[in-house]
Amino acid sequence: MAAAGQGATPLAGGTDLMVEVNFGHRRPDEVVALRRVDELASWDGNRIGAAVSWRRIERDGPRALAQAARTVGSPQIRNAGTIGGNLATASPAGDGHPFIVAVDASIELASTSGTRLVPWTEFFTGVKETSLRDGELVSAVELPEELPDRQEFAKIGVRNAMVIATVCVVVTRSDGKVTVGLGSVAPTPIRAHGAEEMISSINKPSESDLDEFQRLVSEEVRPITDHRSTEEYRRHAAGVLARRLLVRCLR
Amino acid sequence: MIVNFTLNGEPANARVVSPVSLLDVLRDQIGLRGSKSACEQGECGSCSIVLDGDVVCACLVMAGDVEGSEVTTVEGISSGDVLNGVQAAMHEAGAVQCGFCTPGIVVTATDLFAANPHPSTGEIKSALAGNICRCTGYGAIVRALDSLAGRRS
Repeated sequence: MAAAGQGATPLAGGTDLMVEVNFGHRRPDEVVALRRVDELASWDGNRIGAAVSWRRIERDGPRALAQAARTVGSPQIRNAGTIGGNLATASPAGDGHPFIVAVDASIELASTSGTRLVPWTEFFTGVKETSLRDGELVSAVELPEELPDRQEFAKIGVRNAMVIATVCVVVTRSDGKVTVGLGSVAPTPIRAHGAEEMISSINKPSESDLDEFQRLVSEEVRPITDHRSTEEYRRHAAGVLARRLLVRCLR
Repeated sequence: MIVNFTLNGEPANARVVSPVSLLDVLRDQIGLRGSKSACEQGECGSCSIVLDGDVVCACLVMAGDVEGSEVTTVEGISSGDVLNGVQAAMHEAGAVQCGFCTPGIVVTATDLFAANPHPSTGEIKSALAGNICRCTGYGAIVRALDSLAGRRS
C-alpha cells in the first residue's frame, strides 16, 4: 500500500499491464505485485476482493456475473485476470461492468489512509479513466445485500472466445423492477434509465411494450464507430440484446 | 533483483533488472524454449505454463512476480523421454502440423486431463479456446484428445 502511495504501478493478473510492457508502451520503474495478497483475494458474501480471478467468479459468482466471467478472454486469461483489474483498467468494453452497474454495486478503494466506498456512478469517469486517486488501489467490489431474483448477461463479439465485446448487457428483474446495464456503448458503462422506467411500470409486458423497451435502449446508448463495429450496429444490437435478456428474465 | 522460484520441480533463479515477462526469462535466460513467443499479449496460448496450479500465459506474467512460486513448463510435463498421455495421444493421432502451438496445447490439455480425465468434446474445445493453431489443425488435436478421453472417432 505504501509502495502504491509512492507511485509504484499495481500489478494484478498482468493481462493488461504486461501487454503494454511487452509492446514497449510502459516501463514501470516500480511494481507492486498483488496476485498473492490474501486480503485482496478474499470473497466474503457480497464483498468480492479485487484479486478474485474470473475463473473463481465463473464458478462461484452470482448468475449474470458468472455468465460474464465465462466470456472473459480464454481459460488462461480467466485464471490470471481479476475483477479488480477489470475495474481499474476501466475499459468501456470491460465484461464485468454491465453487472456492476445493473445491480448498483460500489467499488472499495484503499490507501494508506484507509478505505472509501465509491458508487459505480462516481467510479467510472471516462474511457479508461476512474476516480482512483494517486496511491489508491481497487480493493474490493461491494455488491448490494439483496441481488435481483432474475439476472441475465449476454455479449456480442466476432468470435466465441478471446473476444472484446462489441456490446455487452445485463438485464435484471426483481418484483417487477427492471435494470439494464450496458457496456461498450459509451465511454463508461451505463444504465438505460428511460427503458427501465417504462418497462418496470408494466406487470406483463406485451410484444409492443417489448418493442418500445428495445427502441428506448437503442435510443439511450451513445456508441461510436471504431475498428470493432459501427455506431449503428451497436445501437441496434444493444436494443436487441436487452430485449432478449428481459424476455429470459420474464420466463 | 534475483527471483527464486521452483521450475519443473527444481529450484531456479533469475536476475531481473527490468519489467520483463517470465516468458523472456524462461527462453532467453534459462534456455527453456519449449514455451513459444508469438503474440506477447495472451491471445495465442503458445506460451502456456502452469503457475501455482493454474494455466496462464507466461508472456503476461511479470518475472519478478514468481518469487516463491511453482512454475511448470512443457519441458517439465513428461518424465524424461516418456511421453505423457496427452503427448502420446497427439503423437498417435498425428495432431501436429507446424508444431508451433503444440507445447501450449500439451500444457493446457495436460491440465484439463489432470482435473477431468474424461472431458466431453465440448469441454476439450472450451479448455483449448485460448490456444490458437495457425495451421487450423484443430480437427486432429480434438480427435487425439477425444481418444484420450476414451472416445473413438
